[in-house]
Amino acid sequence: MAEASKETKKTRRIVVPGEIIISGEDHLPGDFTRKEDGNIVANRYGLADDTGRVVRIIPISGTFEPRRGNTVIGRIEDINFNGWSIDIGGPYSSFLPLSECPRFIDRNSLPDFAKVGDVMNLKVWSIKKGGVDLSLKSRGLGKLEGGRLIKINPHKVPRVIGKEGSMINLIKNSTKTEITVGQNGYIWIKGDVSGEKKAEDAINFVVEEAISQGLTEKIEKFLKG
Amino acid sequence: MKLSNINKKKIESLLTDGKRLDERNPFDYRKVKIETGISNNAEGSSRVRIGKTEIIVGVKLGVQEPYPDHEDEGTMMVSMEFGQICGERYESGPPRINAIEVARVVDRGVRESGLIDWKKLCIKEGEKVWCIFIDIYCINDAGNVLDASSMGAAAALQIARFPVYDKKEEKIKFGEFTDDPLPLTENIPFAMTFHKVGDNILIDPNREEEDAAEARLTLAISKPKKEYIINSIQKGGRAPLTGEELERIVKEAEKIYDKIFPEINKQTESLKK
Amino acid sequence: MAYTKRSDGRKMDEIRPIKAEIGVIPNADGSALFAFGGEEDGTVAIAAVYGPKPLHPAHMQEPDRGIIRANYNMLPFSVTERTRPGPSRRSKEISMITENALSSIVDLERFPGTVIDVEILILQANASTRCAGINAAAMALAHAGVVMKELVSSVSIGKIDDKIVTDITKEEEDWEEGEGSTDIPFTLTSRTKQITHLQLDGGIQTSRLKEAYGAAVKACEKVYEYQVRALKGEKNKRE
Repeated sequence: MAEASKETKKTRRIVVPGEIIISGEDHLPGDFTRKEDGNIVANRYGLADDTGRVVRIIPISGTFEPRRGNTVIGRIEDINFNGWSIDIGGPYSSFLPLSECPRFIDRNSLPDFAKVGDVMNLKVWSIKKGGVDLSLKSRGLGKLEGGRLIKINPHKVPRVIGKEGSMINLIKNSTKTEITVGQNGYIWIKGDVSGEKKAEDAINFVVEEAISQGLTEKIEKFLKG
Repeated sequence: MKLSNINKKKIESLLTDGKRLDERNPFDYRKVKIETGISNNAEGSSRVRIGKTEIIVGVKLGVQEPYPDHEDEGTMMVSMEFGQICGERYESGPPRINAIEVARVVDRGVRESGLIDWKKLCIKEGEKVWCIFIDIYCINDAGNVLDASSMGAAAALQIARFPVYDKKEEKIKFGEFTDDPLPLTENIPFAMTFHKVGDNILIDPNREEEDAAEARLTLAISKPKKEYIINSIQKGGRAPLTGEELERIVKEAEKIYDKIFPEINKQTESLKK
Repeated sequence: MAYTKRSDGRKMDEIRPIKAEIGVIPNADGSALFAFGGEEDGTVAIAAVYGPKPLHPAHMQEPDRGIIRANYNMLPFSVTERTRPGPSRRSKEISMITENALSSIVDLERFPGTVIDVEILILQANASTRCAGINAAAMALAHAGVVMKELVSSVSIGKIDDKIVTDITKEEEDWEEGEGSTDIPFTLTSRTKQITHLQLDGGIQTSRLKEAYGAAVKACEKVYEYQVRALKGEKNKRE
């Protein structure tokens, strides 16, 4: 997963599919690139990272692509006899099987545990052809109650979290809210009304200013004002 | 992602305190922007943005036989489409307002307000009259497409010009325009749709608020002689409204009309030049 | 009378002013606008991309790859004589050729069983609507982060009387003297100039088709410049 991009000294440039990022035999094609006639060529619209030997594209747009181990926030769409169909965005249908719930749930009372429209914090357990399997068997996972849900561009999630959680903790502490960030771009915020609103605005501010310099100072200023 | 239960509850509980997620008051509109002349093969066209909702309206003129009991009056046909382009329209869940309803509600608002002087659309009594086609298309659905459509139809009509009509051949010369505006009166309809969320009422919902609403009421109001006249009403949604809610809505509608309509009208007037 | 001058004063190989923008439809995963000619009398197309997302019903899915589903539509008032709303045979044909024009550049094997919906809407028509639509769609796909090898660019090459002409207008389409008017819309890939869409309507000598292709290569390079500038967020409107 991309590390939170720090205040970068060098601004990365946007490239388009088919564009030559860099030429020469010294480079290897990384994420979303290919090697063609001695050039590394972009396979996706995004920011080119050609600082190392492995050249890659950092996506800035597009639907969320789940990876095993991601924590995501999903909405229950449907309930059937052995689990819940969950919308986590992205290309695949997703499912939470009964067997991946942390405690015994009676087959007849699935809706009592979670009903259509409820949202949960889940982990991506496996990705197979035909869909994604989710799990609740981990700390910090489960149904989310109260608060509000917002959506941001999933590619900005690392920035919102910050290095070792520094950005999101700054926002939480300053607005006295609980915040859970799903890697699929859904974020749950819970606190008092004005705290929730301030946290939401701060997160949107980070998303908009994601590539600018001195972001931490700007956010601190924003949260104080 | 469809509306979550927690956001629905949040919208309802905030509204009980007269608040909304985006900090508007329950009877505030988002920013409204009206432009015209955006599609120039049409006799008239407009684009309305309310917040991020965007619709485009086009007015085209045709020549037809009049209806049997209105031999000296022009005709009108309103169509509306929610293309796939404007956003997901979920197949399951409570029905969102559909295109036919939007078209018919806009039609009634225009017709019953007396905006169009039908008799002046007569070319040859009993044989040929002008027909006004109003086509509405949703480009981005961020809630309240109906009110945007009504504003757009009114604006496009006010800006529209007759095409050139060859009297000898009795045919329209498509693509050639005159400077003659359509025969309109001053009775411009203004449609406001009120939505009931939980036990409270709001106006101009965004998508989530619209999905949280269980009933809605559209009123089209005009003010021909300094008196508020309701020209059309449409109730939608499954939940009922109480008589008291109806009364509350009508009172708010008058206030909103006085506050918002002059601003909208000003935008359209400035585009007429 | 031979065709020696274009009615709008353009050179034979000159494209109308181009406008290209991305992000015009907030709800979409990717979106774009592309216009040949000015807002006053040009051809304006917008496109929205939704996906990749699960394709339902399951029987429409292909087992080892995703699909692109293109839907081309014109506003009823985009043309001088109003068309009835809803799909027509023409719009269905254009939807199909658009799908084919875009499919070879997209990595469809990446997400089997999914669909990428490409919605195209013509706001104003003055010839080359399918080309404007494809140009907007290609930008919208890229903007949506779809994994793709390259872009495609599309333009209508014409033969008006005996002249090969770039980006013909409706007026030029109606030319009847001499050899009349022939419309040859091309869509070419950006890197390799391969043809992903080609149609012809009229009559051209077999020996001259190559010349039309040559004109298309040149014109598509220009279109590509504008598509790229729009995607890179650079100010992008030639008056």
